[in-house]
Amino acid sequence: MNAILTVTGLGVLAMIAEILRFKKALPYLVIAGIAATIGFSMLDWNTFVRYYSDMLYMDNFAVAFSCLITVVSLLWFFVSGDYFKSDATRTDHYAIILFALVGGMIMVSYADLSMLFIGLEILSISFYVLAASNKTELRSNEAGFKYFIMGAFATGFLLFGITLVYGASGTFNLQKLAAYTTAQAGQLPGIYYAGILLILVGLTFKVSAVPFHFWAPDVYEGAPTLITALMATLVKTAAFAALYRLFSTCFTPVSDFWTGVIWIMAAASMLTGNILAVAQTSLKRLLAYSSIAHAGYMLLALVAINDLSAAAILLYAAAYSIASISSFAILEIVSTQTGDESIAAMKGFAKAHPLQAFILVITMLSLAGIPPLAGFFAKYYIFFAAIQAGYIGLVIIAVLSSLIGVYYYLRVIITIFQSPAGQKPAVTFLPGQTALLALTGLLTLLIGLAPGLLTSLLG
Amino acid sequence: MLTLILILFPFVASLFCLLLQDKQVRSFAFIAAVVQLGITLYVVSQFVPGGGMQFVADYSWIENLGISFKAGLDGISTLLVLLTSISMVLILLSSFSREIVTPRPFYCLILFMQAALVGVFTALDGFLFYVFWELALIPIYFICLLWGGNDRVRITLKFFIYTLTGSLFMLVALIYLYLQTPVPHSFDIQALYALQLQPMQQSFIFWALFLAFAIKIPIFPLHTWQPDTYTDAPTQGSMLLSGIMLKMGIFGLIRWLLPIVPLAVGEWGRIAMGLCVTGIIYASCMALVQQDFKRLIAYSSIAHVGLIAAGVFSLSVQGMQGAMLQMMSHGINVIGLFFVADIIFTRMNTRQLSELGGIANHAGAFSAFFMIILLGSVALPLTNGFVGEFLLLNGVYQFSAVAAALAGLTVILGAVYMLRSYQAVMLGSREITASVFTPLTATEMTTMLIIAVLIILFGVYPQPLLHLTEPDIRLILDKAMVR
Repeated sequence: MNAILTVTGLGVLAMIAEILRFKKALPYLVIAGIAATIGFSMLDWNTFVRYYSDMLYMDNFAVAFSCLITVVSLLWFFVSGDYFKSDATRTDHYAIILFALVGGMIMVSYADLSMLFIGLEILSISFYVLAASNKTELRSNEAGFKYFIMGAFATGFLLFGITLVYGASGTFNLQKLAAYTTAQAGQLPGIYYAGILLILVGLTFKVSAVPFHFWAPDVYEGAPTLITALMATLVKTAAFAALYRLFSTCFTPVSDFWTGVIWIMAAASMLTGNILAVAQTSLKRLLAYSSIAHAGYMLLALVAINDLSAAAILLYAAAYSIASISSFAILEIVSTQTGDESIAAMKGFAKAHPLQAFILVITMLSLAGIPPLAGFFAKYYIFFAAIQAGYIGLVIIAVLSSLIGVYYYLRVIITIFQSPAGQKPAVTFLPGQTALLALTGLLTLLIGLAPGLLTSLLG
Repeated sequence: MLTLILILFPFVASLFCLLLQDKQVRSFAFIAAVVQLGITLYVVSQFVPGGGMQFVADYSWIENLGISFKAGLDGISTLLVLLTSISMVLILLSSFSREIVTPRPFYCLILFMQAALVGVFTALDGFLFYVFWELALIPIYFICLLWGGNDRVRITLKFFIYTLTGSLFMLVALIYLYLQTPVPHSFDIQALYALQLQPMQQSFIFWALFLAFAIKIPIFPLHTWQPDTYTDAPTQGSMLLSGIMLKMGIFGLIRWLLPIVPLAVGEWGRIAMGLCVTGIIYASCMALVQQDFKRLIAYSSIAHVGLIAAGVFSLSVQGMQGAMLQMMSHGINVIGLFFVADIIFTRMNTRQLSELGGIANHAGAFSAFFMIILLGSVALPLTNGFVGEFLLLNGVYQFSAVAAALAGLTVILGAVYMLRSYQAVMLGSREITASVFTPLTATEMTTMLIIAVLIILFGVYPQPLLHLTEPDIRLILDKAMVR
């Protein structure tokens, strides 16, 4: 709980930084504050406290995911120097991002449907603004607008779903809802089922699962690259945690009803995301489509819904977030200096920057799921959970689609080793950026070699 | 502990390669490979044939999932580790008279590959095996991608995706097997051996594993990645692929397929045997009409490993022993052949048989070495190929006389295409000047000499190798024959 309060405080502080003239100190303050937040989160480990008449529940699941998204945000703030540099109103952006983080933290620790909605709204509204935050760029405005229109619809669905579930059960509280579902199983009213489906629509929109993925490529491409990185990591992780929290606690007695739906969404996301990614020439769009595919893999854990699912989602979210941070960071650094977001712009990268290229190779191989990297173990764990639950067919689809994934990740790797056509503007990495990239590379290796560190948390 | 050293030493050495100067790295890598060979020979001398798994290193890795870092050596592993160590020395030696661009990553990847290969051959935990199996793919992919021929991008991509397809099915099969073990689940090989699965389950597992191994070997009709990749890879890459890497597939059949799903092997073994035999004939015929010398070697390699796989599926002691011996012989011979192709290519700038000829007039020693390697590869008595192929055909004959008759064609066809290529390359009246075909350098000569000595040595006295593997072959067969 202290963690959420700290981040909220930081957000408020960021808003008044301009007035009180400590703008220059703000980045350090934010990084220190977020580091402290991680510490506060960890203090909640194994405490299981319920806050505000059972609105938030700090169980280990909540703590683990809070830590994950805070760590990811911390890593993000390290690379994000560029994003704040040229902007006259940078303090606002700090505040908005911090509030988005608060929203994410609420989404992973809610114990009441109204808190889920509030958390999601805080997160979403912040991101509508952030997607459009490059105000002079037409594409950024378009992205923000598109995200807002579509997102508002999705939120509407979610709210309507919550209403219907409330109408049937008479409660927002997850514990009571779970008790109601168990007691009434077999004679639940139709509106309850409709409610589940609408909630599913609202939340799967946020993770960009097929068929609610249409916004993702355009918004990912249009938004400033660093904001895209945050969308792929913070939003996705929080939304998956929220999905799992709700469906594993309340809706398991009726799992026959919704696992089929998610089964189809998972298969469709994996195939659509991977197949469409193959045809992309822009690296940013490629990563956007690949993020749809990764949402599909994570949905596998939700279909399986057993005692491995929580750990599987945590591991996958961690592996994917770390890989996303480093790949988007490299993309950002290269594209701002060359003005080119295409894959072809990466030609000659290996020769010019061997170390960064090595990290990019590790990142791509991790996303492709090659051992012994984090991405491999995450996929392994997801497949493992799904096979244990008996979904061998779905796992085979996942296997085949990840082969398509390997194809385009390797294409990126191949490109960076090719020699560029003609003279290209030189790209420079600041020492801090290189250090951060090296850190993500190390984390990818570490999680791959010792995945037990994460899986044992929620095992 | 020794097993762990065998895995870790090349790995540490590979990291060191990155710290050195471009000029030193080649010698360093070579010395590392020689040291590794020394360690291997020490291990072989300490090894007690028939003593079961020895030098077992067992560390817990991911405890709550029943995954451990467990590796050890039996006769089969020892033989393959020995093959790896010998081949590595030859491969690195063969690179001495060549100019390698950006040598540091190149040698780093080769040594890294060695570590992964030793891991594959010694792993006693299904998960660990899978990790090493995939890990071995990464370095060779980059070796082919970065130092390969003109069409390398397309070809290496095909190669990678092909092999990864098989691997992923193997992963699904391994997870499935793991879930069948009694609680707490375990990937330990003994636990997997102890499984008593239903015939249906076994068939499913059989095909998933077979796919992975058959692609790697490669067995017809899953071989289409192989000729392209061998042709376009840099010489050292081709040597790694054909000399050592395809043995991963054969080894997989012996260690991870036969004992785990004996019923399915009984049921589907005939089809597998049929594919092997078809591949032998098909590849031999393809080799007959190749114009590119390297491609010819690639096809001859498919024929040879097809016979090895057939020997494994014959489920007889002779067939399996022949497979073990022939893995060793084929590894050495094919490295020799690729080196011959490399020597010719660097001097004549072509590998087309029709554009070559008359080399023997200028290079007496070279043509003698080429002839010895060639004879080893066509299995002339007193060369290493003979003992292996004899045992293999003997084994296949016990399985089915028809299969043996068909597989036996490889000996005849092999002689035809190899002698034809020798004739086209070395003999003939084509006039080439001595300045084009410069004499072999000292390292080239040494490499060829070592290969020739090994070919004759193992041909005359194969007993130690047979002695090394026999008890473990019988153990595997006992498990595979349980009905």
